[in-house]
Amino acid sequence: MLKEALEKIEALAKSELSQCADEKTLEDLRVKFLGKKGELTAILKQMGSLSAEERPVIGQLANKVREDIESAITMRRQSLKEELTALRLKAEAIDVTLPGKKREVGKLHPLTQVLNELKDIFLGMGFDIVEGPEIETDHYCFEALNMPKTHPARDTQDTFYINENVVLRTQTSSVQIRTMEKTKPPIRIISPGRVYRSDAVDATHSPLFHQIEGLVVDKGITMGDLKGTLETIMKRLYGEDAKIRLRPHHFPYTEPSAEIDVMCFKCQGKGCPLCKGEGYIELLGAGMVHPKVLEGCGIDPEVYSGFAFGLGLERIVMRRYGISDMRLLYENDLRFLEQF
Amino acid sequence: MNLSMKWLSDYVDINMSVHDFCHGMTMSGSKVEGYETEGEEISNVVVGKILSVEKHENSDHLLVCMVDVGKDSPLQIVTGAQNVKAGDVVPVALDGSTLPGGVKIKKGKLRGVESCGMLCSLGELGLTTHDFPYAVSDGIFILQEDCKIGQDIKSAIGLDDTSVEFEITSNRPDCMSVLGLAREAHATFNIPLNIKEPEFKGNNEDISSILSVEIENKQLCPRYIAGIVKNVKIGPSPRWMRERLRASGVRPINNFVDITNYVMLEYGHPMHAFDLRYVKGNKIVVRNAKDGEGITTLDGIERKLSPEMLVIADAEKPIAVAGVMGGEYSGIMDDTSVVVFESACFDGASVRLTAKKLGMRTDASSRFEKGLNPQNALPAIKRALELVQMLGAGEVSGTLIDRDFSDKTEKGVEFDPQWINSFLGTNISAEEMKEYLSRLGFKVENGFAYAPPFRVDIECKADIAEEVARIYGYNNIPSTLVRGEAKAGLTPKQKYARKLENTMLSLGFNEITTYSFISPKYFDKILLPKDSKLRNTVTITNPLGEDTSVMRTTVLPSMCEVLSRNYSSRNLSAKLYEIGNEYIPAERMELPFEPARLCIGMYGDGIDFYDIKGAVEEILEEMGVCDYEVSACAEGCAFDEFHAFHPGRRAVISKNGIAIGIMGELHPEVLENYDIGTRAYAAKLNIPEMMELSNLEKVYRPLPKYPAVTRDLSVVCDDSIPVAELEKAIKSAAGKILEKVSLFDVYKGKQIADGKKSVSYSIVLRSHEGTLTDEQADSALKKILKALEALGAELRE
Repeated sequence: MLKEALEKIEALAKSELSQCADEKTLEDLRVKFLGKKGELTAILKQMGSLSAEERPVIGQLANKVREDIESAITMRRQSLKEELTALRLKAEAIDVTLPGKKREVGKLHPLTQVLNELKDIFLGMGFDIVEGPEIETDHYCFEALNMPKTHPARDTQDTFYINENVVLRTQTSSVQIRTMEKTKPPIRIISPGRVYRSDAVDATHSPLFHQIEGLVVDKGITMGDLKGTLETIMKRLYGEDAKIRLRPHHFPYTEPSAEIDVMCFKCQGKGCPLCKGEGYIELLGAGMVHPKVLEGCGIDPEVYSGFAFGLGLERIVMRRYGISDMRLLYENDLRFLEQF
Repeated sequence: MNLSMKWLSDYVDINMSVHDFCHGMTMSGSKVEGYETEGEEISNVVVGKILSVEKHENSDHLLVCMVDVGKDSPLQIVTGAQNVKAGDVVPVALDGSTLPGGVKIKKGKLRGVESCGMLCSLGELGLTTHDFPYAVSDGIFILQEDCKIGQDIKSAIGLDDTSVEFEITSNRPDCMSVLGLAREAHATFNIPLNIKEPEFKGNNEDISSILSVEIENKQLCPRYIAGIVKNVKIGPSPRWMRERLRASGVRPINNFVDITNYVMLEYGHPMHAFDLRYVKGNKIVVRNAKDGEGITTLDGIERKLSPEMLVIADAEKPIAVAGVMGGEYSGIMDDTSVVVFESACFDGASVRLTAKKLGMRTDASSRFEKGLNPQNALPAIKRALELVQMLGAGEVSGTLIDRDFSDKTEKGVEFDPQWINSFLGTNISAEEMKEYLSRLGFKVENGFAYAPPFRVDIECKADIAEEVARIYGYNNIPSTLVRGEAKAGLTPKQKYARKLENTMLSLGFNEITTYSFISPKYFDKILLPKDSKLRNTVTITNPLGEDTSVMRTTVLPSMCEVLSRNYSSRNLSAKLYEIGNEYIPAERMELPFEPARLCIGMYGDGIDFYDIKGAVEEILEEMGVCDYEVSACAEGCAFDEFHAFHPGRRAVISKNGIAIGIMGELHPEVLENYDIGTRAYAAKLNIPEMMELSNLEKVYRPLPKYPAVTRDLSVVCDDSIPVAELEKAIKSAAGKILEKVSLFDVYKGKQIADGKKSVSYSIVLRSHEGTLTDEQADSALKKILKALEALGAELRE
């Protein structure tokens, strides 16, 4: 009798479980069959009326039925969860080709981007970065650079004057003088910054632009060192294929002086409109620090020698990005700034 | 300097292509900017002879010519010019020829009559009457040259020179001449140099009977040579001279003017010619100008002279400003009969200052100011007189007056091949070095190198090293790397600036770069009062214009300009920043302060004061500045820019009594002044102060072990009480168990009395010693309420 009842319960539980469609019904079923007041418990309560022989058999059977129902519930719960998850995932499908939500990220000005790159190149080569005043005395801007008041080279540097003795610096070499005056060699620095010349604004001129000047002073510094250093810089900046050439030039503060051209990236030296048929593009000025300049800073030119170089940041930036009008750099139109 | 290759070939034989010549010269230091071959655009134009001229059957102003161009049969050519007749020899542009300016000539019909080419005028060949004074400017160029029918016109009229443009550096005035460049070509290419000393054979007249020369200031005039030419015949100079001048970019005028220009170009030495009639007392005195003296220069301008200026005077008055320009009567005129040639040397610095002061930089002054070689004055004047004789332009006096006070001691510079090699990083033999130097005209003796007199730039052994290096070839120097320890890094200030840069980018701001100089009018645009200290600027005495005439004392106007520009370019929103300097005059100091500033500007949909404030707060937090105060700013604010902001929407940030920055909404009038049609916001932060007050040192704090208690609190208070004061009261009252206090609502309106507001805070309390009990939390809250009550704020029921 009980045996049939147990088997009936099991069959009923399994059939009801298979109909069950949600967690709540599942829990109700569990209570209905396995709970303290459930059907199985009710049957087990009748165990006392059984004979001693029947009791373990029915007991065993009852336990098996409980286990079966329990495992059926677990399985049903598992499959219910899977079904629900599948349904939810299906319902939640979206169009992944809709545009993403962007967070605004600011952009560095192209001049700063390239300047930072150059600074990192120089730091890696052991150059410290030194800054100095933009409004400078005549002494640091000219006199100490072997350009006395009567020097003809002053005419080519159209200078903004604050008064007879104070100018807007026309080059950041002034910082080099300040450094040499207070630092003992070895010196290895770059001095980046704003410089000023009274050039009217047009596509290739600006009364304000940026220079990066380098200076190395130590015992035994040679012109070969200057050449090797500049080659390394150009390779880091323009890639391993970058080639440079040095041309004799004149600067009052260096002797020998050179202008450095880099081989045209476009035509590889064959000559094209970009390099005006030259095959090379003028990039920077350099030279061995003039003994008079060293001496003026209290460095003995018989013991020490050094080299210096200067490059214009705008020119490098304009060439890198193909910008043909320098004015864009100072207009700060977002449609321009956001391109870099 | 434009160099005629034909002229150069008088001195050196350039047996190479122009391209190779230019490259070689550039690489040895005489930089070639470019070159131009004359008549390059002219092709297929030949010399023709007009056989007959007839009237055009359908036109009154056209003529039909039969022209022999050296071919089997003559060509029929129609011309509009009226100055041709049978027998004239003319330039004929044939069918398919080209002319300057990209003009192409083709066979065609003119009013029904066939024309197989074109007869050319001077202008059509790119020439003027200065080139061929005998020709007319408004008709066909009737040739008077010795040429053959059918000959190419370029060779027939000498239009086949090549002009090379050099950029000569200021230390090499000697290379501003044909001779100088010939010497450089000799040294560069190791080719023979043929320089002849000029010679002239004058009459027996003693020049001192005609003219006397007196040098008062021998310092500024180390040498003065005068020569005389009588019975002057003014006329055009010969074709070869005109051609060479033309190729050098100088316009031929007349034989005497041309000779002085020719000698200046050839020898690099400026000369001057006086008409003896206007040299009062037949006396030349080289002296300083006297106080109050003046001169009307050749260009007709009256100029005031000052005593430091050197003048060439006659017995009475200045007749030329030495080395700069002659007086109005000193030039050569059509009726001039006796010419005094001056070949002198003046102090470079003095000429430069004089020319600058008078505002007239001339061809002569730009040469003299670089310092010329006094020894060159003599060959120059000899050459001029030689040319006068060659051209038959007058009778040359056989003697010269030569007042020579120049220093002729040879200055040797130490020649130390070993030092040169160690300086250059080369291994060049002493013999090789000597060879280079001798090619450059140096004499090497007893360990010294003696520069030729024309090399006024050689002063020290580094100069000798450069001479060796440029002939050896800069690019032949082996590349090496600097030896020694390479240790470098950013300074704390540079690191701080980079961190600030990164912070700005991560907050979505774009960097701008603006000029350091602004217009003084910008101070009005940002509403600064007339007596604002920011109007005390570092001012440029020679600005390009008013717009860029003062160094900015505030970065704000630059930002406003950029906001305005972006607004007008229809950029809907903008978030910008600049890290830039201000330039603040410093009392009793030569140089001003240049403090670094961060300037922020923004506008756009939905952006309000709290956006810029939020940005500033995030910046300060990231940059290690905490516990600062924000307060509404009023008169007496540390930042005078407060005038530029909306009076009810501006705040100053400070810490420990030090003002760090200002922020706010731009004043409606400022927006109007900048044509910004929307609300815009700006802030300025002082970077040095920020850095000074920052603490970027990070120390790990253990994660909390005990749970926090969160209580919400709403109080009602006077609307005029700034919430910052409530917050300050909460913080000081709650004690150290206060972890965080955050404002989540400010409400005015229904249920709240007029003039009051309801402010709600979420307060997080936590102890690091144990779990907080309700009693502890309640007690803290009570204390907070008490403190708030003291400010007149009451718990909202």
